[in-house]
Amino acid sequence: MTTKHRTAKHRKQTAYIEGMRPQDILIPAAAGLCCKPGGFHIDPVRPVERAVITHGHSDHARAGHGAVLATQETLDMMRLRYGDSFARSTQAVRYGEEIALGDVKIKFHPAGHVLGSAQIAVTCKDTCIVASGDYKDAVDPTCTPFEVVPCDVFITEATFGLPVFRHGDAAAEVKKLLASVALFPERAHLVGAYSLGKAQRVIALLREQGYDAPIYLHGAMEAITRYYESRGIALGELRLVKGVKKADLAGTITLAPPSATSDIWTRRFPDPVTAFASGWMRVRARARQRGVELPLVISDHADWDGLTATIAATGAGEIWVTHGQEDALVHWCKARGLAARPLDLVGYGDEEEHEVVAADEAEA
Amino acid sequence: MNRFAELLDRLAYEPGRNNKLRLITAYFRDTPDPDRGYALAALTGALSFKHAKPGLIRDLIVDRTDPVLFGLSYDYVGDLSETVALMWPKSSPSPACGGGPGRGSGRLPGGEKEPPPVSSDSAGALPDDPTSPASGRGKEPLWPVSNLHNNPPPPTLSEVVTTLRTLGKTDLPKQLARWLDELDETGRWALLKLVTGAMRIGISARLAKTATAALGEKDPHEIELIWPGLAPPYLDLFAWLEGRGEKPVNRDPAPFRPVMLAHAIEDTDFASLDPTDFIAEWKWDGIRVQAVAGRDEHGHMQARLYSRTGEDITKSFPDLVPSLHLPGAIDGELLVLREGRVQTFNVLQQRLNRKVVSPKLIKEFPIHLRAYDLLGDDENDLRELPFAERRAHLEAFVRKLDDPRIDLSPTVTFDSWEALMAARADPASAGAGEDAEAVEGVMLKRRDAPYLPGRPKGQWWKWKRDPHIIDAVLMYAQRGHGKRSSYYSDYTFGVWTAGEDGEQLVPVGKAYFGFTDEELLQIDRFVRRNTTEKFGPVRHVVHEPDQGLVLEVAFEGLQRSPRHKSGVAMRFPRISRLRWDKPPREADRLETLERMLKDVTAN
Repeated sequence: MTTKHRTAKHRKQTAYIEGMRPQDILIPAAAGLCCKPGGFHIDPVRPVERAVITHGHSDHARAGHGAVLATQETLDMMRLRYGDSFARSTQAVRYGEEIALGDVKIKFHPAGHVLGSAQIAVTCKDTCIVASGDYKDAVDPTCTPFEVVPCDVFITEATFGLPVFRHGDAAAEVKKLLASVALFPERAHLVGAYSLGKAQRVIALLREQGYDAPIYLHGAMEAITRYYESRGIALGELRLVKGVKKADLAGTITLAPPSATSDIWTRRFPDPVTAFASGWMRVRARARQRGVELPLVISDHADWDGLTATIAATGAGEIWVTHGQEDALVHWCKARGLAARPLDLVGYGDEEEHEVVAADEAEA
Repeated sequence: MNRFAELLDRLAYEPGRNNKLRLITAYFRDTPDPDRGYALAALTGALSFKHAKPGLIRDLIVDRTDPVLFGLSYDYVGDLSETVALMWPKSSPSPACGGGPGRGSGRLPGGEKEPPPVSSDSAGALPDDPTSPASGRGKEPLWPVSNLHNNPPPPTLSEVVTTLRTLGKTDLPKQLARWLDELDETGRWALLKLVTGAMRIGISARLAKTATAALGEKDPHEIELIWPGLAPPYLDLFAWLEGRGEKPVNRDPAPFRPVMLAHAIEDTDFASLDPTDFIAEWKWDGIRVQAVAGRDEHGHMQARLYSRTGEDITKSFPDLVPSLHLPGAIDGELLVLREGRVQTFNVLQQRLNRKVVSPKLIKEFPIHLRAYDLLGDDENDLRELPFAERRAHLEAFVRKLDDPRIDLSPTVTFDSWEALMAARADPASAGAGEDAEAVEGVMLKRRDAPYLPGRPKGQWWKWKRDPHIIDAVLMYAQRGHGKRSSYYSDYTFGVWTAGEDGEQLVPVGKAYFGFTDEELLQIDRFVRRNTTEKFGPVRHVVHEPDQGLVLEVAFEGLQRSPRHKSGVAMRFPRISRLRWDKPPREADRLETLERMLKDVTAN
């Protein structure tokens, strides 16, 4: 996708590009965030002609689009999930690479959310809008760190958009897990973590703490975890839990999709301690509702302090808030004299709440 | 304080008793004096300071945060202490840290555009540059360091407890705010739970003492025995448990003595038992207590009431204290008596777990002690004596007390097991008279049994009356906790009643035990295959006249309850049998329960 794709319709639009309002550049549509002057959608939830994808989570990266523009990692993840024919054509973009699409220029910047995740800066004339997708400004050994992109309009997520969400130091949470493994050597520790990103981050954090025993995996996580390794992320010795004798799982750590940790699948473990790595674990009622015994506050989304610090750092005068706790963040922005509004996009959510493990995978 | 907070946090999620014990014991092993002692005091409810009111906590947070954000957060979290703990602003020693220490740029919001901290056209971020906002959080490990420079270290538990003891009411808000500044999220949560006196983490004093005993591989009974003579921070106790000191001596004039318990008797046991070896008495449906009185060093009478686990419950029953005017230790049952008649457990329940006992409550629910046994008479320890002799001492003691609030539990005369069975089936005509409804069954005690702590084999037997039984239909199932978290093990069941649209099931109770492991597997399988809807953790299980599972539910008592849709509440319901053979349409009706209720209240 380059300038040669420009259509007559786009050329017509250049006539009124002078004095363009931000909503003329990007506007919420049924299929997702639509860039009319560029002729594409960002993270569309329905099949579209041209899609620009921020990252590989299934609510953002869907199959069935015509042309897809994304980072190499995101394209690879989509291929892993949907097969080779997930889109008619694809184009890989590097961080920092600028691409012209119709009357706009777009550039990908690291979002720090998962491997290959990107914020997309859309510039039209003098106006720059950054669609940040999902992001976090915390350290993550498995992906390129988040980068602040100065802009006029910043589109932010609000998954943890309440001041009660402060994620703290992920290393301390992993130490909590290791302390529990030491205290209960005869029990298995089962860590619920989203298969794409969270699981690999937890493994990398465990390795950073010097934990060098084999780490066991639920079958549903194997492909994506091996992919991370193929991209040069060292995760140490990993084994599939399938077929391992119950007694041999005492004192071990197993990573599994969250839905599996309260399923029949857990009966293969000796007296398992159920842990869950998620930003939601900050709130006790949420942890208790899920029957979690060892909540680990490890999130791949920015917490409240991260969201507000990032909004301030972009220097944007206008903030659009999507999926999550929009009200509180919009209120915070307005109190600081920033123009802010919730962007009513549907179809995105907290990936952990939506991950469903297929029956055959659940038995793996 | 942070370490104690971590313990509370973990305990709050841990469902297993043994695992709770392990966590507490590990804490005592790793934590130095006097902090661990104050922790033990906090867990056993032995701390005394004036609790902070929720209003005070609310004022603190409202002064520091945006009220709209607080409102949204409180709505989301649903618990005041937790909301405040989570959203308490990090203390910023210098205004330069406006955006929160250790992250982002220090740019003030709303200002005009400044030169970007990271060049927007640099291809990658600068992960190695710790000053780059791109890796803003990379600074976070430094945060505790800057904390050392700018802030005092977080308070220890000892500091919190000793300060609260002497702190004046007006100084409390300021002191609390200082501590909240110094603690982390979990620390703040624990502090607020502690100062508001609302820990509620499912730890009994007995459990905490058992965990303490494990530290020195001692029997928890030993700790119970010396406990009343101990005071926080229990330096002497820990010294003894770690083999560094002598066993502390209990100088308490009214100490608790570990309780003797009975085994449930099975039909097959009778064959090997001789009726002449036993004395039988009624098993009253109240709460088992130990009432102890003794003179302190000044010669003043001290009286205490203990639960069967050794918890001091004197404060809940001040009306009984004057009756304990002779030195001695009575093992008995706490009951409510109105006009000389024993009331049901449901009535007694109104007096339980009350922090404040109003004169009105005392008048409406007059407390009574029915004596079973005498463990001590003045200075004499009677526990070595055979039961028959202790019984004689008890009869004399109760006569001497001559108090209307304390009477003797009568023995039941019988010459054969058949006779006793008849008495148990009809206590009213076997001596219990009008109190028969409060009889839970009979107790059998060997005439020659000494009073032994715990549940010694073959000495005491309990023989409960047959429970009430109904057939109900499984309506909803919910996952259990801990080991049962992969099983649907909590069941809501209902009975038939005539509704607006014809016959319908109305929920009458919930049960989560009574079944065998094999039956649990069977029900779990049934639930998974017959779910019609899911509401979060709850499954709606098929319950039609011809489709569904009938559960035989046994329960001990029935009470009117405006909180339940059916209007009745069961006491101690459990699944006694699975009736795979019975179609749901043949399950019991609400009218059956209402009739049982009438029988209970009419008696």
